[in-house]
Amino acid sequence: MGNPEPISRASLYEARKGVYPKKVDGFFRRFKWAIMGITLAIYYGTPWIRWDRGPYAPDQAVLIDLANRRFYMFQIEIWPHEFYYVAGLLIMAGIGLFLVTSAVGRAWCGYACPQTVWTDLFQHVDRLVDGDRNAQIRLAQGRWTLEKVAKRTAKYLIYLVIAFWTGGAWIMYFADAPTLTHDFWTGQAALVAYGTVAVLTATTFILGGFMREQVCVYMCPWPRIQTAMMDEKSLLVTYKDWRGEPRGSVKRAMAHPGAFGDCIDCNQCVAVCPTGIDIRQGPQIGCITCALCIDACDNVMEQIGRPRGLIDYCTLEDVAAEKAGGTAKPIRKTLMHPRTVIYFSIWSAIGLAMLFSLGQRTRLDLAVQHERSPLYVQLSDGHIRNNYTLKLRNMEARPRRVSVAVSGLKGAELWTEAGTREGAGQRLEMTLPADSVTRVKLFIAAPGAGESESGARQDFTITTRGLDGDPRGDSETIQFDRPET
Amino acid sequence: MADTKDFPASAGGKRIDDATGTSTVGHEWDGIEELDTPMPRWWLWTFYATIVWALGYVILYPAWPMVDRATEGVLGWSSRGELQKELAADARRRAPTLDAIAAADIAELPARPELMQAAVQGGAAAFRVHCVQCHGAGGAGVKKLYPSLTDDDWLWGGDLATIQYTITHGIRNPDHKETRTSQMPAFGRDGILEPAQISDVVSFVRTISGQERPGASSARGAALFAANCAVCHGPAGQGGRAVGAPKLTDAIWLYGGDRDSLTATITQPRNGVMPRWNSRLDPVTIKMLAAYVYSLGGGEKLAPADGKKVDGQP
Repeated sequence: MGNPEPISRASLYEARKGVYPKKVDGFFRRFKWAIMGITLAIYYGTPWIRWDRGPYAPDQAVLIDLANRRFYMFQIEIWPHEFYYVAGLLIMAGIGLFLVTSAVGRAWCGYACPQTVWTDLFQHVDRLVDGDRNAQIRLAQGRWTLEKVAKRTAKYLIYLVIAFWTGGAWIMYFADAPTLTHDFWTGQAALVAYGTVAVLTATTFILGGFMREQVCVYMCPWPRIQTAMMDEKSLLVTYKDWRGEPRGSVKRAMAHPGAFGDCIDCNQCVAVCPTGIDIRQGPQIGCITCALCIDACDNVMEQIGRPRGLIDYCTLEDVAAEKAGGTAKPIRKTLMHPRTVIYFSIWSAIGLAMLFSLGQRTRLDLAVQHERSPLYVQLSDGHIRNNYTLKLRNMEARPRRVSVAVSGLKGAELWTEAGTREGAGQRLEMTLPADSVTRVKLFIAAPGAGESESGARQDFTITTRGLDGDPRGDSETIQFDRPET
Repeated sequence: MADTKDFPASAGGKRIDDATGTSTVGHEWDGIEELDTPMPRWWLWTFYATIVWALGYVILYPAWPMVDRATEGVLGWSSRGELQKELAADARRRAPTLDAIAAADIAELPARPELMQAAVQGGAAAFRVHCVQCHGAGGAGVKKLYPSLTDDDWLWGGDLATIQYTITHGIRNPDHKETRTSQMPAFGRDGILEPAQISDVVSFVRTISGQERPGASSARGAALFAANCAVCHGPAGQGGRAVGAPKLTDAIWLYGGDRDSLTATITQPRNGVMPRWNSRLDPVTIKMLAAYVYSLGGGEKLAPADGKKVDGQP
């Protein structure tokens, strides 16, 4: 065995290359500003919207009341057994993402994803404290002077404030926001509130302040899934290499007319990219299609008097067409291809079905349990009594007067544990407290001889109805048992 | 073989792998060697930390199994002690409710729904421990042995105070003065009535309970009933709760209402026994049991305030 050259040990990990996106202005930048404003306003502001529901329910418009197992969203109140509405919303969100991806590619990644929005916000903080791209690079590479320490401290403090505010806003969705805010600052809030704020502050600080595009490239599964959802009709941010190549400066192009393409290799598209990629290398996982490179390139093209759109939203079909000398399809046709139409139909069908069932649902619900021990009781006058446990759900934020009646059981007498058989009748009335489940032990006596000779077991129906306003209710069919003869 | 600088003394004479710089374990199998890769330092420190932790644990908590118990540990902790603490905490939690039930007159309970509900639930728990063996899980009783507590027919009375008395003092306890007691004579076994006479009484009883049409036999039985049975069961067979004599005119038969069962009962009565519970249960538990039995569906309103038991149905 010889003495081989020592093998240099390659690291298995790649160190992050710093990304210092340059400030840019243009249509897409302004669009991003607008979306950032809207989404952050929704996130921070929603818990503070008030919504009057009367004295028996909270007045917060959007509230996930975990302790009492209620979910309030404006005029809609969801009980735990109606959780399928939340499942429906999640399915709609999923199909909505398919729809958006199939039509406009990774628009979610580029504009609306929280990781993108908060990264964008933190990058503005970088610019505010450190200055634009070049100043940031200088500072990052420079020595630890007093100025650098001061700037870094200021920047991280601002990060921390934003992160804390983000974590703090989250818990407001789970309790009355003004009360919780007061409790939070006076140290009276639940431990889980402080814990949640701490965790979310930490994740926002780390994910938005430091990890940024690495979350999209290494951690997030969604970009990988999206590649399966896109096809040749989906819009992508595309560098039109057939128009741009070979690259050459304006001077060289003037010296050799016709030898160079439109790309002057000014590197602006790379400088503004928030994930630090070069779009001219073609579609890649790091591209979140935020379209800031389009803004940057368009600005340059305008300055040098060449047509805009060297980098542009394009489908793969458009690319092929333009390469062959044709023109791209109009945007309306691109968006309306069969896949998007199918996704949109499914998406809206689920939405309409949910709206319809929300409109139809009753807020008075009945569940009956037949007591099995004993199955029936022989009464002294020859009647048979069966015992039932009723669960009456009054899902409205007001006490309700309801009736409970039976049908399909001749000679039935109903009374509850609060009453006696002397006061029994075919029908009961009771008041249900607001927004609650009431358990009632119901006794039903009926003649010992059944209506049919067939057996000891007879089906009948218990019905509950509202007596105040909304007469809708609920019914359940259940057995009445008699001794075998 | 390689030369000696491949086997430096610092590696214990074992070969250093070139690619990784790690020594091998010194064995070789058909040219395959194993690297002696050191444990990661974090792993090692975690391992040492667990040893320190274990030492502390052994001192603080029960650890070494001895002959009949484990070493106790200086904290004195034990899982049984934890259970005792939790039970004590639960007892403290229930104490106010139990005190309120103890202080309340049993007749007031139905008018105080929260207290009644608590009593019914406490009674249900006690019932599952002490009563289900005879009366069944839902109080349905056992045919021909133990009465149902869910129906509207009571031997000794079905209001709260009466049920409480029955549970407290039991039925036919020979060692207890206040126990409910009565004895139906063994008309057949002791020869008080002839078998034919018993058959006539059975006919009469089945007539007044609507199971047979009147006839010659039942007419003869009517006279025998008036002479032998009416003193306890009442002239019309309506029963007598003072002596626990069941109503004979209704559809409920503890020991069966057919001819054979009735004949057997009159020939040799059962005179069922229930233990008294004041020797085993505290008064609050008995009160809660009474509330539970009352709530099973057959509970009756309290008798008038003069305290006399009302015979038969009100």
